[in-house]
Amino acid sequence: MELLPSASLFMLLLLSLLIFLPLISIGSVLDGQVEEKFTEELLLKPLPDRKVLAHFHFESTAPRTQYYGRHHHLFPKAIAQLVQKFSIREMELSFTQGRWEYESWGGYDPISSSSAKPPGVELWAVFDVPVDQVDASWKNLTHSLSGLFCASINFLESSTTYSAPELAFHPASVNLRYGTLPREAVCTENLTPWLKLLPCRDKSGISSLLDRPSIYRGFYHSQRLRLRRVKIRADAPDSDTVLEQTLTVVLQPNGIRSKESQSSKRKLHPTWSMSSLFGRKIEGRCALAKSSNVYLQLERDLVAEMKRLKEKRKFFDISVLNEDLIENPAFEISIKPDLVLREVLSSQNESSSLTYEYSIGKSASPNTFDLSFTWKSPVAWSCRKPPLRASRFLMGSGNERGTIAISLRSMGPDEGLNVSDMDKERCVLPVNIFQVVPWYIKVYFHTLKVFIDEKPMSVLDAVEKIHISPSEDKVSPGVMEMVLKLPCGVKSATITLEFDKGFLHIDEYPPDANQGFDIPSAIITFPNIEASIYFDQEITLKDLPLLSSFQEKNPIRYYTEVLLVPLTTPDFSMPYNVITITCTVFALYFGSLLNVLRRRVSEEERLHNAKGKSGPLSRLIAKLRRSKEIQPQSTTTSSSLFSSKLILKIIMVAAIAICWQYLSG
Amino acid sequence: MAPKETPKMKQRPIVRLGILIISHSVVVSVICCISGVVALLLLPILAKNTYISENALMPGSANPMLSDQDVGEANKLVNALLDLKSEPISSGRVSTLVAEFISDLGAEVGYHKFYPESNQFHPLHFFSLPDSGSLQENVNCSMYGINVIGIARAPQGDGKEAVVLVTPYNSENADLSDALSIGLTYSVFSLLTQVTWLAKDIIWLVADSRYGEYSSVSAWLRDYQRPVFGASLILDSDTCDGGSRPYDLNNFMTCGKLIDNFKRAGTMAAALVVKVTEKSEPFVDTLNLYAEASNGQMPNLDLINIVNYLAVHRQGLHVKVKKLIPLLNAKWLNVLADILETVGVIFRRLNPQWKFGIPAAEYIDGTATLASSLYYQALGIPTGPHGAFRDYQVDAVTLEFSPYSLRKGRHKEFLLQGSRLIEGVIRSVNNLLEKFHQSFFLYLLTSPGRFVSVGVYMIPFILLVAPLPVMAASLYMNIFDFGPNTETGQLAVSPRSVTWLDAAKMVLIVHFWGAIVSLLPYCICQMDFSTPTMNLAIWSMLSALCFLLLCLVLGLHFNQTEKAKWVVLKSATLSAVFIGLCLMSVVNFATAEIGALLLVPLCLMIHPLKINPNMGTLVNFSRMALNFILLSMAFPPVSFFLLQGAVYGFHGIDIGDFWMWVESLWAWNSATYLYITMIHLPCWVLCLHILLHAR
Repeated sequence: MELLPSASLFMLLLLSLLIFLPLISIGSVLDGQVEEKFTEELLLKPLPDRKVLAHFHFESTAPRTQYYGRHHHLFPKAIAQLVQKFSIREMELSFTQGRWEYESWGGYDPISSSSAKPPGVELWAVFDVPVDQVDASWKNLTHSLSGLFCASINFLESSTTYSAPELAFHPASVNLRYGTLPREAVCTENLTPWLKLLPCRDKSGISSLLDRPSIYRGFYHSQRLRLRRVKIRADAPDSDTVLEQTLTVVLQPNGIRSKESQSSKRKLHPTWSMSSLFGRKIEGRCALAKSSNVYLQLERDLVAEMKRLKEKRKFFDISVLNEDLIENPAFEISIKPDLVLREVLSSQNESSSLTYEYSIGKSASPNTFDLSFTWKSPVAWSCRKPPLRASRFLMGSGNERGTIAISLRSMGPDEGLNVSDMDKERCVLPVNIFQVVPWYIKVYFHTLKVFIDEKPMSVLDAVEKIHISPSEDKVSPGVMEMVLKLPCGVKSATITLEFDKGFLHIDEYPPDANQGFDIPSAIITFPNIEASIYFDQEITLKDLPLLSSFQEKNPIRYYTEVLLVPLTTPDFSMPYNVITITCTVFALYFGSLLNVLRRRVSEEERLHNAKGKSGPLSRLIAKLRRSKEIQPQSTTTSSSLFSSKLILKIIMVAAIAICWQYLSG
Repeated sequence: MAPKETPKMKQRPIVRLGILIISHSVVVSVICCISGVVALLLLPILAKNTYISENALMPGSANPMLSDQDVGEANKLVNALLDLKSEPISSGRVSTLVAEFISDLGAEVGYHKFYPESNQFHPLHFFSLPDSGSLQENVNCSMYGINVIGIARAPQGDGKEAVVLVTPYNSENADLSDALSIGLTYSVFSLLTQVTWLAKDIIWLVADSRYGEYSSVSAWLRDYQRPVFGASLILDSDTCDGGSRPYDLNNFMTCGKLIDNFKRAGTMAAALVVKVTEKSEPFVDTLNLYAEASNGQMPNLDLINIVNYLAVHRQGLHVKVKKLIPLLNAKWLNVLADILETVGVIFRRLNPQWKFGIPAAEYIDGTATLASSLYYQALGIPTGPHGAFRDYQVDAVTLEFSPYSLRKGRHKEFLLQGSRLIEGVIRSVNNLLEKFHQSFFLYLLTSPGRFVSVGVYMIPFILLVAPLPVMAASLYMNIFDFGPNTETGQLAVSPRSVTWLDAAKMVLIVHFWGAIVSLLPYCICQMDFSTPTMNLAIWSMLSALCFLLLCLVLGLHFNQTEKAKWVVLKSATLSAVFIGLCLMSVVNFATAEIGALLLVPLCLMIHPLKINPNMGTLVNFSRMALNFILLSMAFPPVSFFLLQGAVYGFHGIDIGDFWMWVESLWAWNSATYLYITMIHLPCWVLCLHILLHAR
């Protein structure tokens, strides 16, 4: 008896639990993450070659719930629809102008491996659709994006321009498509739609710094949009959509033409401030942003150099070496940072990079924020260079064939990999190379040659994995992906591929065909080397997407130069001449050929003899012919076609012509 | 001709026309030859003014940005270079100094070490580029040069294309003008490192011209365009001992730049070679343009046009192209010019719109320039370091400044003027979106501002060459007039084909002999005789020996029995000449034109020495004399010496000069050499054979 009520109670409890569980879970969602989030961040970094890097990072997150229906507060609706319609799992689109200088601006840090992009447009996307629908989704996506960003991304629709890499990208998937347009020009018309995706546009907050003339004057300009679907918690039923918008610019502080300051290495770096770089100041934060931060990053080498400088001066003024370097002899920052983040390093003997954080709106002067950076003494430092410096070039000349060479060089004995000598023999550095070649460049993959340290190697020894899909004329480009295994102490490695130059149909030539044709950048990744910076203050990073993205494990990625291949081009201005000459040649050829084929030996003779048997018409013709025949016979025998009559006629005509010419003139 | 049995059959008009022309072959050939020569002489009148064909170039549309400040910096470099000269060891120092100056500008610096190779005769490498792998066997390790390369990257460009500036510099005997040429380029380069409008990267090559200007530039280009992987290490370690690196190389290593790091930029769009000489015209600053590359290739006319336009209209320089100076004072040319001027005046009186005549002085000038243009194209030897670029399909031109203002010590003024010109040219090329393709590639210059395009200069050649097939056909058809009575029936066919085959065999054998003659110098070079005269003698002896051997082995018999033989042989020779000249006109037009001038009259006129009793003695004698004169003039050495004599005067001519000339031809892979030995010489021998034909 006692069991029954307890059991019923238990049942009741269970029932109530079953009823309320969804409600509770919804409630927790409402509490925790249902809110859309927008953050704006800007990272400034002085570069060793007297320039300044500015990296804008805007991130908006939209949870996928039924709560809002189809509407969003902050998240751009256009993008949300795009994600929904094409089931995009991940996508990245970048517009770039100029080249990223890996040697002087760095190639080992998160910014360079994520934001250094090839010139023009690059797009890759992973779709959440069955494999056979991926191509269709891609085509639709390119059209939508091209409308959205006022760019000719729709040219990526053609199957000759995109490919499906398998090894090169981190989220390897059969649903990945990749395409580039190296010749796409980037201008404000691409920036404006990009800015429209931001909740505050460029009216307030950090984005108000984006003064068009000053950012397009820079040496490098890359505007990027990245979409991801991430699960905040592993057990969450739906994933959030994260839109990451970054703009990376490299600017020259005080004008381009500054002769005096460029004459020597040991000269003072130019002083800059946000208002001198952009011509504007930050007037408060974007009201919709959850956090709005500006960072100033000092590189490892610069910090080390600073400490050295400080140590030198220690003897003169006895100041305590404070670790955050805000007080230092080399430069002065106008505003004190709210927080100093220090990089966590595995080895102790190197000095770690520093990041100063400023929160907009919370700083001393609430209305305007204008950070200025004043150099006081000359400092020379170098950035963190990529493990191997890659360059790609064409060999050979002429319109027939050529060779693509990709050469990898180590940056010097101290740079790159720091492996102890013992490991050097066994240690292997894998390098991924991804190369797309348009179909009219007919690459012969069997001519692949690998040279390591100037010594020819057999391909089997040097290549760990290779995946090739040869090009198909007018259908698909040639794709080569390979994993090279290089010894760690490698000084130089070169791979060469020979190709034949193809011919295009006259309709297929793009405008300005005489410039040549582009081979898109090759992507070189170092899968075992990660470009990430770990900071000592983990807790604060939760709401700082830019800094937490630095901690992600991204392999170092390196884009090579775009190559220009001159192909044979027809003379477009003379199709008429060509048609005329060709037709003449054909007419002459076929005319004489038909004539020869039609005529039988001594047939004319027979016709001539058998003139009586034919009908009245042919008899008439024969008669006419005969009367004509007499004339040439006589001329050939006498061999003077130009009878005096004819000559007289010609002279008369000529005289009339001359007279007419003279009188009319 | 068609058999006589069917005379009633109607011939087609084209055939009738052909028969008509062939039957009047003598008249046709005389008219064609004369009109060919006349048309050639008329070319300076038919020349058109140059115009800028590519709209994108827009020369002179922007004001020069180059300021006194840049020139001041450049002057510092010039003074530093001149200071270095006074120091005892300066060969390596110059490179480091220039490199320092370049890196101070913020541009990339690289060094390129090369081993100059002597030009060798490669019998089978004529139309192919020298393979860099095979050349490295004959390298002298102690002789090496170091080029300095500076690269200014276009700030917003994508680095696909590049413009090359070349300054040859010989550090061993450098004087003011050499230092100025570096200063001139430096001032442009320093401006270009700072401008924002660059779309193409700029490569500045300071070519170490101790072993010749051309070889240093071509060595760099070869390493740029077709490097050999896996060979440079072998070269450095095995053949050239790496331990005994000279001091200056170690210097380079220590200054932080790896010497083996070959700097590159994209595809080359154009190249400018900048030189300064001290020879100058009185009272004017002059700019000499050199454009001829190997085998008569020329850069696109637009490149010359921009240089000419900017130099004349913006910088006020006097632009010159090469002329054959002796022609300026030639009496016959003066007379011809006067005649043409009066003809022109008469024409203008008839109709003022006919712009036919040009002033006599202009005509003479144009002819002298045209002749030199033809001559240097025909030689097939590049007239400067720009020739190396043309081998890789890059348009290049050499600008040689000969400033008068230097004499007055106004360096800065000259530097400003010269560098503004170069800046303007680079700006134009920078504007160019496509590569040079709009304007002409085949042309002859009659002055820096006037040119004769291919459509016009083809006419004299066609007129000259046209009589050859006509004459050959007419001779072949008229054999029976000379031959035995074979006019009846079947007998006609076989002897004719037999004689034809014999003649063809003869022509083929002689051409084969020509091929052997062309290869002989390779063997002679291997034997290494000292004097050129000796070499020439051996060459001619060996050639004669080969000829005799060939005749013996292949059974060429000189005792001709049939009268028709020499006629068939002449006909075959004419066809061979025609084919040869037409082939050559595709490869190098100027050579074919000059060759046609020499060969065509000879081949048409040639006749056995035997006196024809049917004609008068005067006719016979004049024909013999003409044959002799033409034959001796067309013999390559004789024509060479005559040309030399006409240009430089007859005193001091050495027999060995011919050998030197031929050597230079093959060393530069000139197709003219092949033409002379494989077409001209065999045809000359065939003509000689006909002349000596005994019946």
